[in-house]
Amino acid sequence: MNGPGIAAYLVLSTILFTTGAIGVLIRRSPLIVLLALEIMLNAGNLSLIAFSRHSGDGAGQIFALAVMVVAAAEVVVGLGLIVAMSRKHVPLDVDKLDTLKG
Amino acid sequence: MTLLLASTAGDVLTWIVWVAAALALLTTGFAVVLFSNPFYSALALIGNFGSLAILYLLLSAEFVAAAQVLVYAGAVMVLFLFVIGYLGGHADTPWAGGRRVLRLTALAVGAAILVESVVAIALEANGSLSSEAEISGAFGSPAEIGRLFLSDYLLAFEVTSIILLVGAVGGVILGSGMKRDRTPRNELPPQPPVEQREMAGVE
Repeated sequence: MNGPGIAAYLVLSTILFTTGAIGVLIRRSPLIVLLALEIMLNAGNLSLIAFSRHSGDGAGQIFALAVMVVAAAEVVVGLGLIVAMSRKHVPLDVDKLDTLKG
Repeated sequence: MTLLLASTAGDVLTWIVWVAAALALLTTGFAVVLFSNPFYSALALIGNFGSLAILYLLLSAEFVAAAQVLVYAGAVMVLFLFVIGYLGGHADTPWAGGRRVLRLTALAVGAAILVESVVAIALEANGSLSSEAEISGAFGSPAEIGRLFLSDYLLAFEVTSIILLVGAVGGVILGSGMKRDRTPRNELPPQPPVEQREMAGVE
């Protein structure tokens, strides 16, 4: 008997990614869309680290740390946009943000 | 015999921790998507990040697990909770409003991604995914991560700092409220109707 193999981690990561994707698609509050986006990024990170352990190469962990940095920057800009939206009295509903629609 | 027993007990313990962390991960993930109050969603996401850190520890990625707790569960989520507190955390029921067909399509697309990936993983599970590389004790330690960052991945390290700088500048600009945007919305000059603008060739 062995510990959980990489396939178990990958299936877990897939389920988590799908949860996040469905959250991004069905929710209308931009705050929760951002939270669900974080779940998707973390599901990607979980696969990266599982593959890093699988191949015994530290590059996957470096990649995961870079993804964390990008996620942090994305949160700052996304939350700044949401605060700017609320300050201009734009409704906080992604379905109503169609001003740029062609 | 004793060694075999000990290793089997270790594996059982690993599985128990793995299953507990995986269940917590999925439960909190569903909770983030299903809670109507953004505040509860954010709190559930903190639990999600915590269980991810446990999984990272099981994958011997100690430094990434620590960074996950510090950066995500700490800094990023505090930022989220501040903004949710600032905006008042309006409730947004997940299944109300919007078009029903869009939600059903979203669920179908999500299920399609899930089935496709699980089939792809299962096809490889006994092939290239079955063998696991041997690792040394230093794998995933801060020293090893630091060595990789400052030797093989120096460019990625520098680009990362530029991304953080750009993110910080963007956050300050977006948050400071530019002066020309301070006019309240209902005091804007009336815009001509679209037909007139089209006739004048302004489009």
